Amino acid sequence: MSRRLWDFHGGVHPAQNKKQSSETSIRAAGLPDYLVVPVQQHIGTPAHPIVGVGDRVLKGQVLAQASGFVSVPCHAPTSGTVTAIEPRPIQHPSQMDALCVVIEPDGAEQWVEREGLGDYTRLDKPTVLQCIRDAGIAGMGGAGFPSVVKLGVKPDQKIKTLVLNAVECEPYITADDRLMRERAADIVTGLQIVAWLVEPEEILIGIEDNKPLAIEAMRQATADTAMEVVVVPTKYPSGGEKQLIQMLTGKEVRSGGIPADVGVICHNTGTAYAIKRAVLDGEPLISRITTITGDCVPEKGNYEVALGTPVGWLLQQAGVKPTDLHRLIVGGPMMGFAVHNMAVPVVKTTNCLLVPTAREFPDPAPEQPCIRCGSCAQVCPAQLLPQQLYWFAKARELDKAMHYNLADCIECGACSYVCPSNIPLVQYYRFAKGEIRNQQQEQQKADHARQRFEARQARLAKEEAEKERKRQERAKAAAAKQAKKAPAASAAPAAGEAGNPSDSATELNKLQTAAAATMKRYKDAQKALAQAEKSGSGNLEALQQKVAQLQAKADAAKTAFQAARAEGAAPEAQPPSAPAEDPLAALKAASAEDFAAYKAAEKAYEAARDQGADDAETLRLRMEELKQRSEASKTAMKEARAKQREAIQRQNAAADPLKAAQIEVAKHQVLLKKASKALQAAKDSDAGAIDHLQAKVEEAEHQLQAAENTLKQLQQEHA
Amino acid sequence: MEFITDNLTALLALTAIALGFGALLGFAAVKFRVEGNPIVEQIDALLPQTQCGQCGHPGCRPYAEGIAEGEEINKCVPGGEDTIRALADLLGRDFVPLDEEHGQTPETKMVAYIREAECIGCTKCLQACPVDAILGAAKQMHTVIEDECTGCDLCVEPCPVDCIDMLPVEETLQTWHWQPPKGIGSRPGELIPVRNIA
Amino acid sequence: MALLTVTSPHIHQPGNTGGFMRQVIYATLPGLFMLTFFFGYGTLINLLLAIPVALGAEALMLKLRHKPVSFYLNDYSAVVTAVLLALAIPPTAPWWLTSLGTGFAVIVAKHLYGGLGMNPFNPAMVGYVLLLVSFPKEMTTWLPAAGLDNSTSIPDLTTSLRLTFTGAEADALSGATPLDTFKTYAGQPEALDASAILHGTFAGYGWEWVNIGFLLGGLYLLWRRIITWHIPAGMLLALFLLAGYFNTAVDADTYPGVMHHLLSGGTMLGAFFIATDPVSAATSNRGKIIFGFLIGVLTYVIRTWGGYPDAVAFSVLLMNLAAPTLDYYTQPRTYGHRKPNKGLAKPD
Repeated sequence: MSRRLWDFHGGVHPAQNKKQSSETSIRAAGLPDYLVVPVQQHIGTPAHPIVGVGDRVLKGQVLAQASGFVSVPCHAPTSGTVTAIEPRPIQHPSQMDALCVVIEPDGAEQWVEREGLGDYTRLDKPTVLQCIRDAGIAGMGGAGFPSVVKLGVKPDQKIKTLVLNAVECEPYITADDRLMRERAADIVTGLQIVAWLVEPEEILIGIEDNKPLAIEAMRQATADTAMEVVVVPTKYPSGGEKQLIQMLTGKEVRSGGIPADVGVICHNTGTAYAIKRAVLDGEPLISRITTITGDCVPEKGNYEVALGTPVGWLLQQAGVKPTDLHRLIVGGPMMGFAVHNMAVPVVKTTNCLLVPTAREFPDPAPEQPCIRCGSCAQVCPAQLLPQQLYWFAKARELDKAMHYNLADCIECGACSYVCPSNIPLVQYYRFAKGEIRNQQQEQQKADHARQRFEARQARLAKEEAEKERKRQERAKAAAAKQAKKAPAASAAPAAGEAGNPSDSATELNKLQTAAAATMKRYKDAQKALAQAEKSGSGNLEALQQKVAQLQAKADAAKTAFQAARAEGAAPEAQPPSAPAEDPLAALKAASAEDFAAYKAAEKAYEAARDQGADDAETLRLRMEELKQRSEASKTAMKEARAKQREAIQRQNAAADPLKAAQIEVAKHQVLLKKASKALQAAKDSDAGAIDHLQAKVEEAEHQLQAAENTLKQLQQEHA
Repeated sequence: MEFITDNLTALLALTAIALGFGALLGFAAVKFRVEGNPIVEQIDALLPQTQCGQCGHPGCRPYAEGIAEGEEINKCVPGGEDTIRALADLLGRDFVPLDEEHGQTPETKMVAYIREAECIGCTKCLQACPVDAILGAAKQMHTVIEDECTGCDLCVEPCPVDCIDMLPVEETLQTWHWQPPKGIGSRPGELIPVRNIA
Repeated sequence: MALLTVTSPHIHQPGNTGGFMRQVIYATLPGLFMLTFFFGYGTLINLLLAIPVALGAEALMLKLRHKPVSFYLNDYSAVVTAVLLALAIPPTAPWWLTSLGTGFAVIVAKHLYGGLGMNPFNPAMVGYVLLLVSFPKEMTTWLPAAGLDNSTSIPDLTTSLRLTFTGAEADALSGATPLDTFKTYAGQPEALDASAILHGTFAGYGWEWVNIGFLLGGLYLLWRRIITWHIPAGMLLALFLLAGYFNTAVDADTYPGVMHHLLSGGTMLGAFFIATDPVSAATSNRGKIIFGFLIGVLTYVIRTWGGYPDAVAFSVLLMNLAAPTLDYYTQPRTYGHRKPNKGLAKPD
């Protein structure tokens, strides 16, 4: 079998160290006293718990259901009782907690009803896909991407190659190796299910040449199938999805794309095995093979572990003495992450627990200056310029780092591995990537805030315009009322007023903001002072001075604002026809404020009383006073409201015909003006029909006169 | 006179060259004029959009307009040094440290939180919020839409019962990322006490 | 009990910058041996003088810059600078010349630019060029290679020491280098034929073996993956092509042959040890080839038409200037991208 293989750029050859764990067969790890099942063991949205504390659950029962498309459910690894649903430490480099379902096993191992699909080829694809989704299968190579999302081929995509990633290029890890040696037939069956789903033209199984027995087992298992076992040379990171695809097909997955774009789908050995168990046996993903290795481990080897098993307990099963621990790595030495909490559980992606001695994994050497030797660029499988990215990340020139394709870094660690200056390059990249992500989110948030701010401004402007329009209407009416005395001068005052309010509104707004901002600064300064007092630091005096200054400023700003508000309120009250809306609103606000003050005082008093403080009496007095004030302002407000209501009623009774008459007068004024204008124009141009127009003007004059008379009459009546 | 006639050719040549290049430059200026965003838009895009008013303007855009008209670029408190640097870059001005007059950039981002039991439903904070991030109605309990809050602080002062707290935004699994290494001369990584030895 | 928490990878290839630099020093041994064999103990004395001066200057500057002294001295970079400079200057150089060059290289060319990793120019070559333009006479006085004319033998240790430390004039002992000789007699076939120094086994007598020594050291560095092939290949290719063309197609009497250029002067030392200084060279592979090639071109041009007999130092410094630009335009094509980046686009 000679199949053309391509090479990928770079790569390194760290010591394999696989023999320690690959020579013993898979052992069952057993059941611990409690299992901690995180609701998120995959990439995507966390699953949503559907059991409650105290529930009895059966083995394989759904504990949390998928929420969203990129999400998978979690199942009970054994039968038992749910003792808690709470944040617990999980496997994450941040060492933070996440929501977990804690189960106390009852030892009965009682299964839920389970049934495989049997001959799946009779069914339609969505049914099988749903079965895989329900089984909670997520990529078991390390990333944990929901497998079903990869399997759901879009109708317009043609998959040419299906790749089984059995490379396992990380040193120390032998979980897939062992699985292939012992359960090759199941893996092949799983792969056949995948092949039936995606209908590829060829099926390739990529295995590194350092696993001869696994290669042999897989060759035997695939002897009478169309699958081809392809042996790839040992080079890290040949097991990277993109690198393996490049080696086997010569194709590159474009940046930001997925393998399906180039007609390839890639699945991990463990995933194929889990798919077989799900579809044919009806068993969800509740256990996995985990390699436990490293010189600290007396019983090195592969264990079949129930998901949710605490790491500390598992290590004890393998004979690790807690006092021997020096480092604990989840995953391999190149890409795994260190944890220091023994309570973190094994999850779907935990392929290895590595417990090396200090001699085996010496502490990292101190970072030296970069000498631009370029060794990193020679080994980078993504063909980046790691040393440039390092300079950019170090100087936080994130836009340049992005331009140098930081996003294409797969964090394989080859660059850090070879760096003669021992620079933790990957850490720099992870920092820069995280920072870029946060900045992008912040930018999005800022854009969003801008939109909301602008929408609010528009809304306020509209409200203001609306108010303004109403005011103008009122002014017009008032003018019309005066029209009988001086019909000519009508629009002037209204126009004069029109300019002011919006100006004063922005001014007011500005002052309010200023007042708030100064107040904040004052408060900040106060806080700083309090802190300084507490910590007894030096420049208390300066701080005190600052506080005093700021207080004065804040007071001034507030006064200015209030004065402006009062001023702004005053002219609004002036137009004769304007009802006393604003004073009422002010009274309302005052009442609310007084009430709030009273409540606050009451609280303060109660607190003081409960503590038996000396000043309780003063506080009580103050409370009483405020209560009275609050009541007074409430009464004032009520009175004002009643008065206003009365005024409105009165006005309504009288004003309606009056208003109509006013409008009539205004209308006829306009008509008259129009007619006079037309007449004048006709006269100027010597056009005909002057007589007719003359008559029209006269008629309009008559009508205006009549309307004015009516108005006068009404006004007299009203008065 | 003699001088002029003697040097006439040179004078003419120089004049011709001057005119020629002048015309060329003028042409280039028209032909290759850079059509950019209006400068206010570009400045506004760099401001953090907290709309906090600590710069003395009622919002970020008014400040952007102010900067475009020549105002100092060091008044944005929430943006801090990064924003000043970006502005200096954009406008070709010199970097100036933040004007302490306007306040100090907080270490962490903050978000407003209303202690709902104490809220009296006065709507004062609603009116103060520049991005409409507070939900509520008169005499109804109010609440802050956390995702929309810019942490501008403007709602704290108007509250008559002081029930609004500014809390730091908590780091989550989604926002967490590695910190940069300590740099040249130090060993990467740190020793952390082991927890929960089973 | 505490566990170490560190970002992956958790394992590291053995070796560090110090080891890297030590390999470079070991690799100069064959060349050093040849220099000593043909020109006496002068180079060794230079070396023993330059190394302490470099270390002293380095320690002083680190102290002044408030950096941890022993941590930085352990990276051997100052020693490499001293070694390369000592190998490049004539064995007859007086002590103050060596000290001045080394001190200048470490203090000005390296630390005033920010120390290891930050210097835009190769420190050793900055020191060399300073000496060459300031003290042309001392810097171009070479001894005749031992065994030339069957009469010349290397000066003994006391003579060498006297030359270095007492300021004794080396004129009486001095002899021209092959590059010098050819430059003097270019275009005069009879004179060229008569110069025994131009007729060694492959090229100029004595110097051919020095260059072969450095070539061997260079191959060792390639084998140990301390350097990559790109820069030496580019530089030697350029010399080969230009020398070959002018020698065969234009005029063999005015333009010396390929071997003469490849095995004379500082060619091999420059190609494998100086141009490959990672800090000041181009870093991308394509950039390195161009970088080396242009050094070769400049070397040929200056050697042939310039005022100086050798030109490696000038060429390397000139190309150091161009290295950032080369890197800028020769970025590799990243996996999954259609085209390589060109320069720095404006972030938008």
